[in-house]
Amino acid sequence: MQKYSIFNLVKNAFSNHQNWDLAWKDPTPKEEYDVVIIGGGGHGLATAYYLAKEHNITKVAIIEKGWIGGGNVGRNTTIIRSNYMHDENGLFSEFGMDLWRKMSQDLNYNVMFSPRGIINLAHSDAQMNAYARRGNSMRLNGIDAVLLNREQVKEIIPMADFSDNVRFPIFGGLMQPSAGTARHDAVAWGYARQADSMGVDIIQNCEVIGFDVSAGKINGIRTSRGNIKAKKVGLCVAGSTNILAEKLNMTLPIETHLLQACVSEPIKPVLDNVVTFGAGHFYVSQSDKGEMVMGGDLDGYNSYAQRGNLPTLQHVLTEGIAMMPFLSKLKMLRTWGGIMDMSMDGSPIIDKTHIEGLYLNCGWCYGGFKATPASGWTFAHTIAQDRVHELNAGYSLNRFNTGHLIDEKGLGTKTWIS
Amino acid sequence: MLYINCPHCGMRSQNEFSYGGDASVKRPELNKEVSDQEWDNFVYNRKSLRGKHLELWQHISGCRQWIKVERDTATHEIFRTFKADEEVA
Repeated sequence: MQKYSIFNLVKNAFSNHQNWDLAWKDPTPKEEYDVVIIGGGGHGLATAYYLAKEHNITKVAIIEKGWIGGGNVGRNTTIIRSNYMHDENGLFSEFGMDLWRKMSQDLNYNVMFSPRGIINLAHSDAQMNAYARRGNSMRLNGIDAVLLNREQVKEIIPMADFSDNVRFPIFGGLMQPSAGTARHDAVAWGYARQADSMGVDIIQNCEVIGFDVSAGKINGIRTSRGNIKAKKVGLCVAGSTNILAEKLNMTLPIETHLLQACVSEPIKPVLDNVVTFGAGHFYVSQSDKGEMVMGGDLDGYNSYAQRGNLPTLQHVLTEGIAMMPFLSKLKMLRTWGGIMDMSMDGSPIIDKTHIEGLYLNCGWCYGGFKATPASGWTFAHTIAQDRVHELNAGYSLNRFNTGHLIDEKGLGTKTWIS
Repeated sequence: MLYINCPHCGMRSQNEFSYGGDASVKRPELNKEVSDQEWDNFVYNRKSLRGKHLELWQHISGCRQWIKVERDTATHEIFRTFKADEEVA
């Protein structure tokens, strides 16, 4: 594989950049693989990369219906954080933060990781208490957390509404300084390029139409480009999880919902951090291009549409304007939507299934992008060793049966409620 | 914007409604032994497929009645609406 470096950049400049190698190949599917990963998104690509790198399993194929990185890894708001209260979520995400910090070097691909800090705003005394509690839990798990009072928040984001007669006055906030953003497409492409170089076949435009299961064991998959035998199969298909589960006669604690995001026209640098509104569901950051990147609630009903509906967008941006009034002066540049695999407690599932050799990675709700490296790392471990790692032991499928839910937001089974 | 034909009030905009989830889920009969699996299926497990989906909505800013709506989850087309106690064939 051609290394990306300043020297190679200069060298290739002499040939007008016409002689760069392809970042990944376009192979035809082989008859058999040791592991087949279904879904060429961030999580699937990362899983294949860590299977090859950490477990030396390289007879691997990624099967993608469309093109790699065309789903949620290309449709998110790029926020990376580990500001969770529960141990399962906190330790898993903080492990991921370490992988994020090293990612550009590991992948030899600039993912533009920018640890600019995230601030969750609080709008009441009760919320400040809740944030203090969450911050303490985070610090006990080795995650950085700083409780800010109103004056400290004002110093960092003076453009927020600090006037006297607002419906939701800012009391303070909880900040995780090490959180941030990254260039989402680069994450997918970086993992794809490295996985390909280690022998993983990335097979695009190949739809899975069925599974070959006999005597409780997976033998392979049926695709639009022929049958593929596989000793192990991993599902990493986010919003399409329910569709594939039906082909396996499985009913999962997952619903598929639509989440929108949008960006404004680019403006000069105004916002250094990621900021979330505490009296609703709205978050904003500013991209390197200057666009304000914004998102919030789900559309609120089961959907596979991958495009949004205006009432929700209006609702979300109303919250944004309540928090930062200057946003009302901006023109909207683009909006888009992705389909989320909403689990019934708001936390993911990375586990084995009742079918031998079939592994499940789903239920990422709002937080799939930031989990990309940790999800790939633990899923690769689960597949390679045929047992869960302690980091994803809590993300079991049977927790809904045993009652060990990880209900970070306290929403119960209605994670789509807004 | 979705337009939902409330069986009590007529055609109204989505803004007046609140979503209530899959309407095909049946609560287990309480006068018999209920297995853990049956409770799981009622509380957590959902098919949530692409295509026709029967779901509950509440006309929260209107007549406040719960209704059933048959809607396509990919195109968002609404085919039929029913009163909450109407059986759907």
